[in-house]
Amino acid sequence: MGLRGDACIVGYSEWASERPALRAPRQSLAQWADLAAEALADAGIEAGEVDGLVCTEVFESRAFVPATIAEYCGWSVNLAERVDLGGATPVGMVWRAAAAIELGICDVVVMAVPADPTPTSPVPRPFDDRMLFGASSNAWGSPQAEFDIPYGNVAQNCGFAMYAQRYHDQYGWDERARAKIVADQRVSANANPAAIFHDVPATIDDVLGSRMIADPLHLLEIVMPCSGGAAVVLCSAERAARTRHRPVHVAGFGERLTHKTPTYAPDLPHTPVAAAAHSAFSMAGVAPADVDMVQIYDCYSITALLTIEDSGFCAKGQAQAFVNDHGLSFRGDFPCNTHGGQLGFGQSGLAGGMSHVVEAVRQVQGRAGDRQLGRHDTAYVTGTGGVMSEQSALVLRGAR
Amino acid sequence: MTTDPGTFPKPRPLPTADTAPYWAALADERVVLQHCDACDRFVHYPRHRCPHCLSDRLSWREVSGAGTVFTFSVARQPTAVMFADEVPQVIAVVELPEGVRITSTVVDADPDTLRCGAAVVPVFDHQPGEITLLRHRLA
Repeated sequence: MGLRGDACIVGYSEWASERPALRAPRQSLAQWADLAAEALADAGIEAGEVDGLVCTEVFESRAFVPATIAEYCGWSVNLAERVDLGGATPVGMVWRAAAAIELGICDVVVMAVPADPTPTSPVPRPFDDRMLFGASSNAWGSPQAEFDIPYGNVAQNCGFAMYAQRYHDQYGWDERARAKIVADQRVSANANPAAIFHDVPATIDDVLGSRMIADPLHLLEIVMPCSGGAAVVLCSAERAARTRHRPVHVAGFGERLTHKTPTYAPDLPHTPVAAAAHSAFSMAGVAPADVDMVQIYDCYSITALLTIEDSGFCAKGQAQAFVNDHGLSFRGDFPCNTHGGQLGFGQSGLAGGMSHVVEAVRQVQGRAGDRQLGRHDTAYVTGTGGVMSEQSALVLRGAR
Repeated sequence: MTTDPGTFPKPRPLPTADTAPYWAALADERVVLQHCDACDRFVHYPRHRCPHCLSDRLSWREVSGAGTVFTFSVARQPTAVMFADEVPQVIAVVELPEGVRITSTVVDADPDTLRCGAAVVPVFDHQPGEITLLRHRLA
């Protein structure tokens, strides 16, 4: 069951994290076209070869987004997919494209996630209540609007904090382990010129000394929103043989969704990461110990901690000891988020989730510069949407 | 553009046909939950079909509303600007003995000594209009 592992990621584009934004505002359709052109050039594939696209939202259209992008970029496509999985979207995009390529319905698939500012509209736009409620829907009839938002249980900080509280209550309190994830990843961010915290070191004590936002999570355990954007190109193994860099095979994937709001999570603090990871590893025929790096979604310190544990790198309840026993920077024995993670690189909207995919490809292709790993054949990548609610996982393997 | 968050009222529940009995009971200072007569399990939040078996044989049963704190967080920074007057706000998931979890807040608790597992009892917080929010305090 699952992928044969034929489809490959063959090129990418990633814009440096910025806060405040320095690049000029452009329409998100224009950013889509820019990112696609750059990623195709990186792969050495002509625009006319594109016959599939996977997207998320664009600022200019609420619906018919794939058709709008196809028309704008001048493509006729056999795969037109919009993915709606929050932070798990980019990883979800990659496996959908790989599956479509293996089915033989398309040969070259582009996916872009623009996250630079858009220009101020000359006419007023309808109010978007996501500005107030983030990922929670306040529309009438929405369960969140009726049973969660009125109590202040809005969006992300509080939900992830409740995961942390319950995790520590069951498995022990070691705040320094959570902070060490941030500090180790910051070492990698300091070696990444594109990272928002490129110039700013952070120690465990810095993290624990930062302002408490939602107990037990401190400010530096929470991602910094920023501008950016990223795209990747996938194609068949046959087409990949004629691209510019080492093809990166999509060897396995998994996906699991269980809830929207943690109140209704069936097994908290067990997460759907476990099922997604099990699927990805077994499909690829590798064990967690076999991978050379992990590029895992880290909107919060607790996200990475739970993901390391439920992916199977240690036993349930042992993630704090595991983090304390291993080095997580690009110099360490457990390279984790070698671009700095979103905690060090910055969270450029939904493109933040793509940063893990791009860094895995960059490392596997041997293009990571000062932070290049010595062993870089196999990568494990995850995406987390909602509040540990939507989970996607990939195992990527470089062509031999 | 009218996007100044300070102009937004505090969000209040707007019941639907499926949820109205829940809110009507709270206004009377009673807690009712949906019970699935097909699989004999309780359901929260109220909905059109049972999330355990997808039966539509749902009935209402009165419960005490008392339970324990399953997990919580203390919002030191408002989770949305409309809650700025409530910080530090103890936002909690309360587990009821009927096997359901609900979103609540724990009022009058010391955020620095609160722990998971603490026993809590219902507080009926009557809002302007016809809505009563179900909050909790330590038993």
